Amino acid sequence: MIIDRVEVETINSFWKLELLKEVYGLISILPILTLLLGITIEVLVIVWLEREISASIQQRIGPEYAGPLGLLQAIADGTKLLFKEDILPSRGDISLFSIGPSIAVISVLLSFLVIPLGYHFVLADLSIGVFLWIAISSIAPIGLLMAGYSSNNKYSFLGGLRAAAQSISYEIPLTFCVLAISLLSNSLSTVDIVEAQSKYGFFGWNIWRQPIGFLVFLISSLAECERLPFDLPEAEEELVAGYQTEYSGIKYGLFYLVSYLNLLVSSLFVTVLYLGGWNLSIPYISFFDFFQMNKAVGILEMTMGIFITLTKAYLFLFISITIRWTLPRMRMDQLLNLGWKFLLPISLGNLLLTTSFQLVSL
Amino acid sequence: MNLIEFPLLDQTSSNSVISTTPNDLSNWSRLSSLWPLLYGTSCCFIEFASLIGSRFDFDRYGLVPRSSPRQADLILTAGTVTMKMAPSLVRLYEQMPEPKYVIAMGACTITGGMFSTDSYSTVRGVDKLIPVDVYLPGCPPKPEAVIDALTKLRKKISREIVEDRTLSQNKNRCFTTSHKLYVRRSTHTGTYEQELLYQSPSTLDISSETFFKSKSSVPSYKLVN
Repeated sequence: MIIDRVEVETINSFWKLELLKEVYGLISILPILTLLLGITIEVLVIVWLEREISASIQQRIGPEYAGPLGLLQAIADGTKLLFKEDILPSRGDISLFSIGPSIAVISVLLSFLVIPLGYHFVLADLSIGVFLWIAISSIAPIGLLMAGYSSNNKYSFLGGLRAAAQSISYEIPLTFCVLAISLLSNSLSTVDIVEAQSKYGFFGWNIWRQPIGFLVFLISSLAECERLPFDLPEAEEELVAGYQTEYSGIKYGLFYLVSYLNLLVSSLFVTVLYLGGWNLSIPYISFFDFFQMNKAVGILEMTMGIFITLTKAYLFLFISITIRWTLPRMRMDQLLNLGWKFLLPISLGNLLLTTSFQLVSL
Repeated sequence: MNLIEFPLLDQTSSNSVISTTPNDLSNWSRLSSLWPLLYGTSCCFIEFASLIGSRFDFDRYGLVPRSSPRQADLILTAGTVTMKMAPSLVRLYEQMPEPKYVIAMGACTITGGMFSTDSYSTVRGVDKLIPVDVYLPGCPPKPEAVIDALTKLRKKISREIVEDRTLSQNKNRCFTTSHKLYVRRSTHTGTYEQELLYQSPSTLDISSETFFKSKSSVPSYKLVN
């Protein structure tokens, strides 16, 4: 009887173990869902910010009647797009037409994997961190090309081609800037890059060590997001709405989402690469000494980290939104000239300088 | 809003919260993000364009001008619609996804306006081509009047019931229709102008006969289909 009881207990414990495993499996999905929820909320906030900031730049009021201060405007837009009729072009390639926006969304969402929002608060601290972002973000033009080709519309096709040309030509200076940063911090992991900037507070930021790289990164990330000085793929006056011309309903909503997700990703990466990530960045005042804190109070630390990261990211967002509503659009040849004849040599020179500096300091 | 004025509400909407809420949600989302198509054929568009700017700012109502009809919910027919423009207007309307709304802006698109008496090329009212939700008179209407029309359209949308929309949506919908206008040959006969300007007693009976014949030969439905 005693043995039996022991056996039963062992079986029970195994059963508990299985249950634990299942629970653990669910728990491991939880961070991803949390991140997705956070991203969605942030996109809604960015859409609202964009409309309000653009309104105040043009001395308008902006969304006013959808919710308090027009805060629910983005939700209203999204819901309306969800309920709208979904039109498929009669002579287009329907499968490509449906796959295109989803590829664009997925490739942007995947790059949120490697972004550290707080102190070691990251979904996957990969050793190739930043390069994963660069590799994945170059999948998005395939989705745009698919969208442009499958719409069976000349404007869509031209827009898709332009999007592909633009993002390919601006990917290279972007990569060189990231390479220079990774040389400075001796690592490709995003967490290591942030920690390498944590030493001297505000003065330890990579923006002071890489001013040229920062400018080039800023310009080419704007071009990657297809925002206004470089929004040729969607130029309203030339191509009706670029590759989005034939899209209606929620598929257009996905493209709308992609543009803001892209903006969020690149502003977060500017924060991580150049603006010191989650660090408070006030020199000689360490946040944790200031509050006399022990390690047990980790949650507050994490919240602070997320808050600081988001604040810096929103600073960059504000700059890019202001640029969008201030500058006129470039011509296609000017865009390609800027990319290939100006940014590429400068970023190469920057990389060369950084490399030689690192060699000398060794 | 007085409920007694709208008997439709008493008929179809049930008392349960679950069945009415999605309806209200979709109505609210549609009325608060009405994206208009950038469509303008004449001077009304000047007034319409001032709504985009800072003085009359229709972004307050959530209106974002779209240049592709696939993403538009609303078309304000700003300006005179000629017979030559009519097919492309109808095509633009058909390219917009359901649910879609039309505001006939200005006297020209309601009745033909100042062209309604003797023009050979103006469509007498855009409602002969596409279904109009709100008529907005004026020549051209002030931007404030456009905002008034938008408010009326928002009220109309807020009273909508989803089933009615889906019923109208299920009607025959074609990808493209060939809108062939009826071409009249006998415009350069020379007798045409004399009939209208002065009626000389010698040609009176013949000319009035031809006049009525030519008028009856172009019925309005032939312009549409």
